[in-house]
Amino acid sequence: MIARDQSSQALSQILESRSRDRGNLISLLQETQAKLGYIPREAMQTIADFLGIPRVEVWGVATFYNQFRLTPLGKHHTVVCMGTACHLAGGNLILEALERELDIKAGETSADGNFSLERVACIGCCMLAPVALIGDRIYPRMTPFKAEEALIPYRQNSDGKNTAD
Amino acid sequence: MSFAAIQDRARSEWENLQGRTHMLVSAATCGRAAGSQDVIDALGKELARHSLDVPVIQVGCMELCYADPLVIIRKADSLSVAYANVTPEIVPRLVEGYIAGEDPCLELALGTYEEGEGETACIPELPRYEHELRLVLRRCGRIDPENIDHYIATGGYSVLEKALRMSSDDIIGELERSGLRGRGGAGFPTSKKWEQCRKAEGKPKYVICNADEGDPGAFMDRVVLESDPHQVIEGMTIAGYAIGAERGYVYVRAEYPLAIRRVRIALEQATELGLLGDDILGSGFGFNIEIAAGAGAFVSGESTALVAAMEGRRSEPRTRPPRLAEAGLWGKPTLLNNVKTFAYIPSIVEHGADWLASSGTEGSKGTAVFTLAGKVVSSGLAEVPMGTTLRRLIYDIGGGITGDRQFKAVQIGGPSGGCLPVSLLDSPIDYDSLREAGSMMGSGGMIVMDENNCMVDAARYFLDFSTRESCGKCTMCRLGTLQMLRILEDITSGRAKLKDMDRLLQLAEDVKDGSLCGLGRTAPNPVLTTLRYFKDEYEAHIRDKTCAARVCKDLIVYYILPDRCDRACEHCVLTCPTEAIKGGKGESKVIDQEKCTKCGTCLDVCPPEYDAVVKLSPVSSLPSPGKTERSGKR
Ligand SMILES: Cc1cc2nc3c(=O)[nH]c(=O)nc-3n(C[C@H](O)[C@H](O)[C@H](O)COP(=O)(O)O)c2cc1C
Ligand code: FES
Repeated sequence: MIARDQSSQALSQILESRSRDRGNLISLLQETQAKLGYIPREAMQTIADFLGIPRVEVWGVATFYNQFRLTPLGKHHTVVCMGTACHLAGGNLILEALERELDIKAGETSADGNFSLERVACIGCCMLAPVALIGDRIYPRMTPFKAEEALIPYRQNSDGKNTAD
Repeated sequence: MSFAAIQDRARSEWENLQGRTHMLVSAATCGRAAGSQDVIDALGKELARHSLDVPVIQVGCMELCYADPLVIIRKADSLSVAYANVTPEIVPRLVEGYIAGEDPCLELALGTYEEGEGETACIPELPRYEHELRLVLRRCGRIDPENIDHYIATGGYSVLEKALRMSSDDIIGELERSGLRGRGGAGFPTSKKWEQCRKAEGKPKYVICNADEGDPGAFMDRVVLESDPHQVIEGMTIAGYAIGAERGYVYVRAEYPLAIRRVRIALEQATELGLLGDDILGSGFGFNIEIAAGAGAFVSGESTALVAAMEGRRSEPRTRPPRLAEAGLWGKPTLLNNVKTFAYIPSIVEHGADWLASSGTEGSKGTAVFTLAGKVVSSGLAEVPMGTTLRRLIYDIGGGITGDRQFKAVQIGGPSGGCLPVSLLDSPIDYDSLREAGSMMGSGGMIVMDENNCMVDAARYFLDFSTRESCGKCTMCRLGTLQMLRILEDITSGRAKLKDMDRLLQLAEDVKDGSLCGLGRTAPNPVLTTLRYFKDEYEAHIRDKTCAARVCKDLIVYYILPDRCDRACEHCVLTCPTEAIKGGKGESKVIDQEKCTKCGTCLDVCPPEYDAVVKLSPVSSLPSPGKTERSGKR
């Protein structure tokens, strides 16, 4: 997780160059997330104050859109495609396998912060269905067993190091 | 620089490229997912090793996504050859063979590559090109989308220059005669929208390109933006001129980072050359375009919801009228069109109304762009004249169904569309025929399903999607779809009664009537079409607790065929996550159904030479221990 003063510093940098225009809310949230990886509660307060709107309005927008995350991502962000082609090719079995192996549900981050898991709708590679992503890497034509195997290099050793590092 | 000078420079660069050996590599998101970056890196290394100076052009999508990464070696004085599914391992062979040498490596080739008339390219060995007509996609995969000169050299922006000398009456008149209807799904006549916007009082006016593409199984707008972004920009600028707008936005979903990047580059390049800006080509007309990145909500694709998102609010649709043409972004007159709608504009203005009107059907002019995915051999894109039959698309262009399996249905239009059965394979597809069949054109995403896909599960899937994506404003859309989803879950888990089908139908009508926007009004379509064309499957789930496709988890069991199980192999035993499979060495394996979570791992790991794991439905068909079952189906 990012230290609080560090994140508020990053946020003030973003706000510095922006106008206090209510219409900027979504792009401010997007920039905040791009910088910090998620949208901390304090950031919502800061943005609300900056735009002069109630915090609940910022909260309302941040929770409406799929893109925004209110918790930090894991070191290895894992995404399972739940688009139509992937679903029909058994995407739900892949998601279940990953949920089971990581012991978290979609939308959550593992306790050690190593993995986070998310479902998305179509990443545009339907011909490779079912598809999963770990970090930037695309894993095509997954099966439940391949999903389990794909995680291995990203697992943490007991000393906290990644096998993949 | 005058436009003529810009053109001259671009043409000479292009001709210079055409005059020498060069390579094209598909590098849209689809190509990248299949590994084109590795291929590009390998090509760079290999060419350097041979000290060859051969340009490797990263082009967009060539439509043949199943063959990605695609590499084309183009020679000015000899055959140009296309290679499919290229890996870094075969790169040395290609470079050695056909770049350094004269051996076209035909054993690796997909076919020859020809640039034909009408500025489109084709691989004549593939029969699909006979059935295609590429208007919107004609430059895709041929030009470098990050190089504006390629676009200009192939005719780009010359239409803008011409349009700036036309009156807006003439432009809109041409559009009207062409019969162009919006490609965003609903098929609203484009000229009408433009006319309304032009007449509307209020300044400034805005032009917005809808690139939200929220259908979870469609990607043609992404392909257009990643492969030929300038076409859309030129179309938007002509629109701005015709309706009197000074500012445009491309609203792209954030899940499309490459599209966003390429549009950004295109905008910068166009601005630099004075093709966008405060005084375009010295005409006095000023137009600027910005990117607005969506934040991920299906409903944001709806016009009024899109405007709400752009204003930084929650993306909730509002009642119409007023239409966007009267009160859109910031309450000002706004023109919203789909990516492909704008992409048609330059060519219509260039070639005149007849160009578009000469293809398609009576009510739907021009072409339709579809993505083909699912259980089809050649998945990818296809652009065909409106009125082409499904059979032509799926069999002649898509190459038929994968494996030896049977076609069952094709889903068109995503969550707003429907599942069409075999009996409709020969009906021509256009806006009106699809609506009649209970579906709609929607996005143009086409997903082919075979006998291993369950129609009830497909309906449940789409309902689940719509329920998640409902913005919550209308009660029927928020709760009615949820109630429908619950019933479908009951059916797929064997808890439903036959009369639940009537309740589904009733609810479907209520959800349609009780919803404000297209999301709720069309959300029942996947359920209604499957109920209409695949009623027997619903009944089998309810009455016989049977899922013939063996998809619905609660209605299937996994079973290991004792006469197929190799007694020495222990793959399933070792990988089963719940240790549900028992059987010592020398015994056939048995699944403890109490422990089995139906995760599918055993079926996945059982070596193909044994193929001993099967799924059975209904659950009661599981042979009792002791008895052996000879056959079973996967
Ligand atoms: C729930 C919903 C989602 C939509 N998504 C899109 C979309 O992703 N892209 C799009 O162009 N139109 C979408 N539309 C249609 C738009 O509301 C609008 O009709 C269209 O962008 C107008 O452009 P056109 O006239 O060029 O078709 C959607 C409509 C609804 C109701
Ligand atoms: S459905 Fe998974 S990539 Fe399209």
